[in-house]
Amino acid sequence: MKKGICLLLAALLALGCFGLSGCSGEDTVTITVYNWGQYMARGEDGCIDVIALFEEAYPGIKVNYVTVEDNETLYTKLKNGGISVDVIIPSDYMIARLISEDMLLPLNYDNIPNYSYINDDLKGMYYDPDELYSVPYTWGTVGIIYNTKYVSTEEVEEKGWGILWEESYSDKILMFSNSRDAFGIACYLLGYDVNTTDTDELNACAALLAEQKSLVQQYVMDQVFSLMEGEEAWIAPYYAGDYLTMAESNEDLAFYRPTEQGFNRFVDAMCIPSCAEHQEEAELFINFVTDPEIMAGNMEYVYYSAPADAAKAYMDEDMASDPVSYPSEEDLASATFFALLPDETTRYVEDLFIQIRAGSYTG
Amino acid sequence: MRKNRTVFLSIPYLLWMLVFTLIPLGVVAYYAFTDVSTGEFTLANILSLGQYIGNIGDSMLYALVSALICLLLGYPVAYFIAKQSPVAQKFLYMLVMLPMCMSFLLRTMAWVGLLQDTGIINNLLEAIGLSRLPLIRTPAAVVLGMVYNYLPYMILPLYATIVKIDPKLIEAAQDLGCNGAQCFRRVTLPLSIPGILSGMTMVFVPAVSTFYISQKLGSSDTILIGDLIEKLFKQAYNPNMGSALSLLLMVLVFIAVAIMNRFGGEEDGVIV
Repeated sequence: MKKGICLLLAALLALGCFGLSGCSGEDTVTITVYNWGQYMARGEDGCIDVIALFEEAYPGIKVNYVTVEDNETLYTKLKNGGISVDVIIPSDYMIARLISEDMLLPLNYDNIPNYSYINDDLKGMYYDPDELYSVPYTWGTVGIIYNTKYVSTEEVEEKGWGILWEESYSDKILMFSNSRDAFGIACYLLGYDVNTTDTDELNACAALLAEQKSLVQQYVMDQVFSLMEGEEAWIAPYYAGDYLTMAESNEDLAFYRPTEQGFNRFVDAMCIPSCAEHQEEAELFINFVTDPEIMAGNMEYVYYSAPADAAKAYMDEDMASDPVSYPSEEDLASATFFALLPDETTRYVEDLFIQIRAGSYTG
Repeated sequence: MRKNRTVFLSIPYLLWMLVFTLIPLGVVAYYAFTDVSTGEFTLANILSLGQYIGNIGDSMLYALVSALICLLLGYPVAYFIAKQSPVAQKFLYMLVMLPMCMSFLLRTMAWVGLLQDTGIINNLLEAIGLSRLPLIRTPAAVVLGMVYNYLPYMILPLYATIVKIDPKLIEAAQDLGCNGAQCFRRVTLPLSIPGILSGMTMVFVPAVSTFYISQKLGSSDTILIGDLIEKLFKQAYNPNMGSALSLLLMVLVFIAVAIMNRFGGEEDGVIV
């Protein structure tokens, strides 16, 4: 949260700089980058500052960096229009949705030579099968973050996702505030396909989530950092990379991927939305961020998994082989990706989730 | 001639009102009565509002309780300020205003830091050997947040009304044999009713539509209308349902204000 505020201030500062340079009459172009909280190294904690390095390398381009809460909020912002954004970093299923609604521009990969470093297994994935719209930024997995001071590892390993329904931890459990991740967990627990469109199965998920509600302290996204680090909450489902960030501040935190029940694997990729004004500069930015050395420096802060093995050469040994970021082939075999759901299903799930949150879900 | 001139003076505001209030209201109404995916006319949004009746009731209740507590806390303060010397009045008035100079979000975040299980109050309790208390994520915490944030809106109109009460009226009442309590009950209190009504309205209206306070200080079971509207717009991408709920909220607020005015009887009504 604190870092989120810092990022916001930094974005405002960047805006201020833009205003000043505008006065001096130089030909600078400002590109707007939308990203999630704590998701790019900005010179904190002794890491590199990706944006400062980019602006140094391309003196004619300034970056206006803005953070957004989650994929759904990003979608709403783009859909509402009236903004100009040059680079976004949505997750796989949201990229598929944006493509299907014609909200992304095809990239000119000639401006992004570093795309060649991206691992083959992350190219041409289901969300962008023809490799037209996206360049992977990170990938990662979802698991259970818990505080070993209050919750035993044995119990987490035994119950898997079920630990989030454990009454003895009432008011100490956090849950995703976005419907996709929340319903995903319910699907894994019930043994359904995470991409189910069957209304009976979705209703069963909703009933399960409604049952959990009274145990949930808060439904969160980026606030998870301060709540888990400060031990205000003890158990939270979240992204592997963010667990590593939290573990820096609180070493009692541990991470578990329920490989038997299944878990979500995702790719977040850089795209250019159709409201972009500076496509070429945006592509230069995407290329710069994909450079293996920059990527390695960036991942040192973000802690998510690098989409290019070439970057591992610039990382320290421990990080490049960390099983949290780079799970074994065997563990990854039980991971599933979120696919693009039909519009009716997305809306149905959103409606169910609102009802659950409002306490009006009756089944 | 003179009449024409006053019309001319009101044009800027009328324009402002048209562009920033009436047209947006029309847009809200349009969304409320159209289908989210097809854009066709429908009553479905309005008809399905019934499922949120619990949240609407909660919002009204929280706002009303907060407004009443604000009145109980605010009236003596306003009365006290109004009886000081003009210089002291200015100073105290400024003190009441002071918290409003800080961002509303920051003030609420500060309460989170104080009240949470690992917060300042609980850490202090533990340090002196007492057990931690469940302070945050309770209905009382939400009411506390509302009262804390909106108390100045109660004190200021009350003060403005009380300070204008002519002291001669009280002197006259004393001359006619009223004691202190009688003076207050039969002169000061009736004359300050317009201030009470303004204060109640100014607390109730923002409190009933708040979303941040309940999210930060309430439990996952405290979802007020404002929270729902925010979620419908921001996450569920259902502006139509959100608009329907906003419209309902507006109607409820108007009804609530009308009822409060009725309580005022023949006194001047509240203008919102």
